[in-house]
Amino acid sequence: MPAKDKVSLKINTLWCKGCGICVFICPKEVLEIENEKVYIKDLDNCIKCGQCEYHCPDYAIYLEEEK
Amino acid sequence: MAELKLMQGNEACVMGAIHAGMRFYSGYPITPSTEIAELSAELLPKYGGKFIQMEDEIAGVAAALGASLAGLKSMTATSGPGFSLKQENIGYGIMAEIPIVIVDVQRSGPSTGLPTSPSQGDIMQARWGTHGDHSIIALYPASVKEIYTTTIKAFNLSEKYRTPVILLLDEIIGHMREKIDLEELKNIEIYDRKKPTKSDDKYLAYKVNDGDIVPEMPSFGEGYRFHVTGLVHDETGFPSNNESVADKLLNRLINKIEDNKQDIVNFEEYLLEDSEYAIISFGAISRSSKVAVDKLREQGIKIGMFRPITIWPSPEKEISELSKKVKKIYVVELNAGQYFLEVQRIVSGQCEVRKYGKINGDIIVPQEIISFIKEDIYA
Amino acid sequence: MPSELINNYFRTETLPHIWCPGCGNGIVTRAIVKAIDNLNIPKDDVCIVSGIGCSSRAAGYLDFNTLHTTHGRALAFATGVKLANPKLHVIVITGDGDASAIGGNHLIHSARRNIDITTVVFNNSIYGMTGGQYSPTTPMGDKATTAPYGSIDPNFDLCELANAAGATYVARGTVYAVNILEKVIQEGISNKGFSFIEAIATCPTYYGRKNKKGSAVDMIKFLKEHGVMYTAWQKMSEDEKIGKFPIGKLYTKERKEYTEQYQMLIDSLGKESNQ
Repeated sequence: MPAKDKVSLKINTLWCKGCGICVFICPKEVLEIENEKVYIKDLDNCIKCGQCEYHCPDYAIYLEEEK
Repeated sequence: MAELKLMQGNEACVMGAIHAGMRFYSGYPITPSTEIAELSAELLPKYGGKFIQMEDEIAGVAAALGASLAGLKSMTATSGPGFSLKQENIGYGIMAEIPIVIVDVQRSGPSTGLPTSPSQGDIMQARWGTHGDHSIIALYPASVKEIYTTTIKAFNLSEKYRTPVILLLDEIIGHMREKIDLEELKNIEIYDRKKPTKSDDKYLAYKVNDGDIVPEMPSFGEGYRFHVTGLVHDETGFPSNNESVADKLLNRLINKIEDNKQDIVNFEEYLLEDSEYAIISFGAISRSSKVAVDKLREQGIKIGMFRPITIWPSPEKEISELSKKVKKIYVVELNAGQYFLEVQRIVSGQCEVRKYGKINGDIIVPQEIISFIKEDIYA
Repeated sequence: MPSELINNYFRTETLPHIWCPGCGNGIVTRAIVKAIDNLNIPKDDVCIVSGIGCSSRAAGYLDFNTLHTTHGRALAFATGVKLANPKLHVIVITGDGDASAIGGNHLIHSARRNIDITTVVFNNSIYGMTGGQYSPTTPMGDKATTAPYGSIDPNFDLCELANAAGATYVARGTVYAVNILEKVIQEGISNKGFSFIEAIATCPTYYGRKNKKGSAVDMIKFLKEHGVMYTAWQKMSEDEKIGKFPIGKLYTKERKEYTEQYQMLIDSLGKESNQ
């Protein structure tokens, strides 16, 4: 597992179907749905737990190691 | 040195299959095909092959298709009711281009019918049993030796054309015992599916290379990671709803068989050179027809027999030529007139076509063919 | 660009997938891939076999040897693949209708043989692909297009069925408890024998709408509140269990594996003919 400060939250809006599961699953209220797509409302609150990635049915949100 | 054996038809089917390279058999017990499963169960593990008795007829053909994709030449055998149950997955094999051999030892139907009585009632089911437009290869031998050689041919064609091949037998030839010389048959050539050689990043699972008839076929686990589906698919193997993709694929699947009839079609012509009349007959009943031809000739009637060994695709050219030569064709078959319809279609008025059939579970003997033809000629 | 995991194991050119917004199938499919990744199994050694239905479309999206078969028959095809080449890790992806209605016979017999296949049933309690008909796992009383007055059919407990038929690893996960789902799939693949994993998935479009279960989020919440870890489940009273269901590893047993048994037969006959 890479260090958490080297990891960033990515969104692929093309694949997002706006179901809102990630918004519900996020323990820190980082995400929100607007116009049927997810967006990052409060990145500072993100603890990079990855729950949004594990629960996204559309592979549209994920953590990526910064290179 | 001759290696003579007294062999049953169903047994010859298994021996021919093993000769052809069969290393997987999956099926379900049904009369009168069961001996094929029994002998496969005994022999396959001795050849390092696999036998499995599945939970039903559908699973019997499905497992054979799966095993073929994993690289083993596979066969299943059944009879009427089981042949009905297998139809959907035969269509899957056609669509996904998976070589397997399906043996149907025909018995009297419909439904459970007369389980131990012979029939040739699955001629049309072999052609059209699975739904949708397609072509099919169906072969029908008439002796124990020919069951051996035709089973090999069935495997060869299935590998060459990447398609399920139906081997039609009937209760009579399946259970009949005849002398067979294995020595004389040992050099029959076998054909194996063509495998791809190029690196996997350029590989398209359902692309036909120039000069080839069908796409090359790797086995699962050989590094190509291809997708197989019963949905209409393009050259990548992935599903498509595109009309031109559907048109191209479905026509290719039909034409790979119809355009290669010369290679696929096999038949026997018996005393047809000077004939005014001809019998068309196949499988066990062709043996009665042959005797009838001999007896009628003794009585001065110039008659011969045309015996399709490839039932589907039908020997269209040969039957059409025959109809230009003779006054009348008699289609003698152990059903209510199934191949008769195909002969009529081909002949299309070039000569008269009459049928003689039977559906009571009894066989057709030479004397009744003789009486029928004599009455017809002298009427 | 998708994540590394998706990039490595999916045929990304086939994405986005056909599943509806909030459908749980994508979550289960990812859990399967993550389990394979955790086990470091080479992609060439994995064969995914699926039947027909929404869940079975997963096969096409995955970069393994993939076989999308006929309705109900995935396990029968998979049996042929596995017996023909026992080196392949064969994973069957199927739905509740595919596995337990039209394919029910193959399910019980695969379990009986204890053939080394891992079956993951995406159970969303409905036929989704055909527009919302009741399946063998639709809870009694629930509505479907073919049960407009509520289903009078008693429903299967698939894990109990698989266990009774002889599966040597039986577990249940949900699309809420993804970490557990991933873990049980991983254990299932590692088990040398028939492994059965029921993945409770969500169908907000048909099952949810028809039965007023709310949004995809509401359905995930339901799974969170009603799925109980098996260890806790065992300590609960019968009254406490009402409306809840156990998740995690449920049953394991020791039985001989089918393809190994067949290989032993081949080897013994080989010895016989060499003598």
